[in-house]
This record gives sequence, structure tokens and C-alpha cells, in this order.
Amino acid sequence: MSTHPAISLVSAALALAAVVLAAPPAIAADTPNPVVEAKAFQQFFTHKFPKLKPEDFVNGPYSMNEDLHRQWEEKEQFPPYEFALETGKEMFATPFKNGKTYGDCFANKGIGIRQNYPYFDATEGKVVTLELALNRCREANGEPPFSYVKDEMASLTAYMAFTSRGKPFDIKIPDDPRALEAYQKGKQYFYTRRGQLNFSCATCHVQEPGERIRAEILAPALGILNAMPIYRSEWSGMGTISRRFTTCNSQIRGVPLGPQDEEYRDLEYYLSYVSNGLPISGPGARP
Amino acid sequence: MKIVLRNMMPIAAVLISGAMPAYAASEADFKTAYATAEAAEKEAGALRNQWTTTEATLAAAKKAAEAGQFDQAVASSKEAEALAKASIFQATSEKQRWKDLEIR
Repeated sequence: MSTHPAISLVSAALALAAVVLAAPPAIAADTPNPVVEAKAFQQFFTHKFPKLKPEDFVNGPYSMNEDLHRQWEEKEQFPPYEFALETGKEMFATPFKNGKTYGDCFANKGIGIRQNYPYFDATEGKVVTLELALNRCREANGEPPFSYVKDEMASLTAYMAFTSRGKPFDIKIPDDPRALEAYQKGKQYFYTRRGQLNFSCATCHVQEPGERIRAEILAPALGILNAMPIYRSEWSGMGTISRRFTTCNSQIRGVPLGPQDEEYRDLEYYLSYVSNGLPISGPGARP
Repeated sequence: MKIVLRNMMPIAAVLISGAMPAYAASEADFKTAYATAEAAEKEAGALRNQWTTTEATLAAAKKAAEAGQFDQAVASSKEAEALAKASIFQATSEKQRWKDLEIR
């Protein structure tokens, strides 16, 4: 029995179309699913360190090494961030020249809200971090902005984190493609190798947590922002999330971006989201 | 004898030129090399992926040129160009490669 060539051709075309249509669209593989990804992210670390409770991860290198953990417990008797905390508390309560305070710029007067930052602002279509919100508050009240990396900004965020201690990170990704894009860009930044040393954030904080890099023990990426801001012995002072990101870039011989540039805000959004559910422990102290 | 000498002239010229000190770079050579390196670094900047070592090498090139050491200035410019090109390659290839590291 012979088949007409035209019929064979049509059948082949239909079969090909069926195969093509049955395959998932290529775009689907790249569409992020933050809920599933955050679960996988947390499971990666809890499987890697089965002895740790999820909330232990917010203690960074102190959760990875028993000796360091003992040192940290003793350090917490007289924590090195205490001065910054006191300064921040005082600054927070001191009115601006116009009589208003920081509390007037935030929900719940700024108390116990650290766990909700950063958030995606639908009006401007961007991620807003706590540091950015604080400087915007200052400028809205006629005050000059602070440096994003240390000193006053670190003191203010230290106090705000302290009032939120124990509250689990509760970062939302609203049903807005721009928010999902910000999350995705933050993730991309986290995994992208950069600098002459060809390191990504994940090289140290996913592949090697608990291992030493020179004299330091690397912190896990899970919960890494929960303790911010931190007093870092290496810095001999306090530092914000902006400081942490920019110095990480310098250390791998990459030219850091500007503090609070979009890439860093998106990175903070991603890293905070995947640590949802873990308690705020800031301000912290690190070697 | 005359013919032999005439034949040897080009060989002698080659030997003498080989024994001469290497061609010294001029300010114009530096300016060309530096501009090429700077353009590559600018491209890396547009990709948001400059390296501190490129910046430092560019600065070293400029410093050498200011001191009139154009050989060194050209060499540093070329090194900076190579570093900048490496950072461009990194940024371009990482646009897809970052996914290999992702926790899934």
C-alpha cells in the first residue's frame, strides 16, 4: 500500500508540531519560583549541616565552629556593638530640626519592623532597603543623608534591628512582574562570578561555608543578613549591609558598585527572601 | 671582493639592528595604548564588571607616562587592556553560566 507524498508530508508536519507543542516552552525553565527556590535553598544548608537548628544559621561562622561559638558567647557578655546600639537609640529618639523623628517615617513608629525590609515598592517599581528608607526619611525632613556604609547609618540600623530581634524575616514578593524581576536579578548577582579572583557570592557562602579562607571561617548564605549590621573586628567598627557587599566585591578584586545601587538592593531582596522564617539577630559581631 | 662585501651588507644591517637597543616607545605610542585600554575598561564598566587590578594598572600606566617612562607606560597599558578584556569575557560568559551554581 502506497501513501500519497503530500499526505506523508502533512502527517510529518503534524507529528513535529505535536512534539514541539508538548515540550514546555523554553521560557518556563527560566521563570523563577521564589517559594520553591527558597525551600530548596534552606534545605541545602540544613542537609549540609544536619546538627544545626534553622535558627542557628543566623549566627554565621559561630554556628559552624565550636571554638568560635564559645568565644562568641563570651563576647556577647560585653558586645562590641553596644556603643553603636546606644548611639542609634539616642539618634532615633532625637527630633529633626523640624520636630519630627525617624519614627514618623515608618510603620509602628519604626519599632520591630526590621524583618519587613527590604520590600518592593510598587509605586516606584524598585526594592527599598532599610538603609535607603532611613536616608529618604532624613531628606524628606530636610536633613542631609548619611553615608550608607558605617557610623550613623550602622548605629540607626543597629537599634532598629535590636527592636526586631527574634522576629522572623518576612519578605514579600508581591504579584508584580517587576518584583519577580528584582528577585531574579538579585539571585543572578548572587551566583555570578566577578572580580579577578572569579568568585561569586555563592563561591564562599554556598560552596564553602564552615571552611577557612585565610584566618576567617566562612558564613553560610542562609541567614547571613539576619545579624546585620555587624561589628566586625577586621573593620574595627560597625558596618552595614552596604559595607558588607562593597567589601566582598573589593576582596575578590572587583570594583564595588555604589552603595544602594540597584544590583545591591536586588541582592539584598533575594538573600533576605530566601532566609524568610529565620529570626532577626542583629546587631551582630563577627571576627 | 666588492661583490662579497655588497652581499654581506644586508646581513650586517640585520645583525647590527638586532644588537641595537629595542625600539623605545614614544608618548604617542603610550597615548594609543592607553586609549585602547581605557575603551576596554569603559566597556567593562558598562557591563558593571570592572576589576580593581585593571584600575590599578591603568593608574600605573599614567604614572609611568608622567615620569617620561613610556616603555613602561605602554607595557602597563597593554596589561590593563588584557585585564579589561578578561573582565568583559567574564561578564559576558557569566550571563548564562551563573545558572550552573544555582541551588535547585
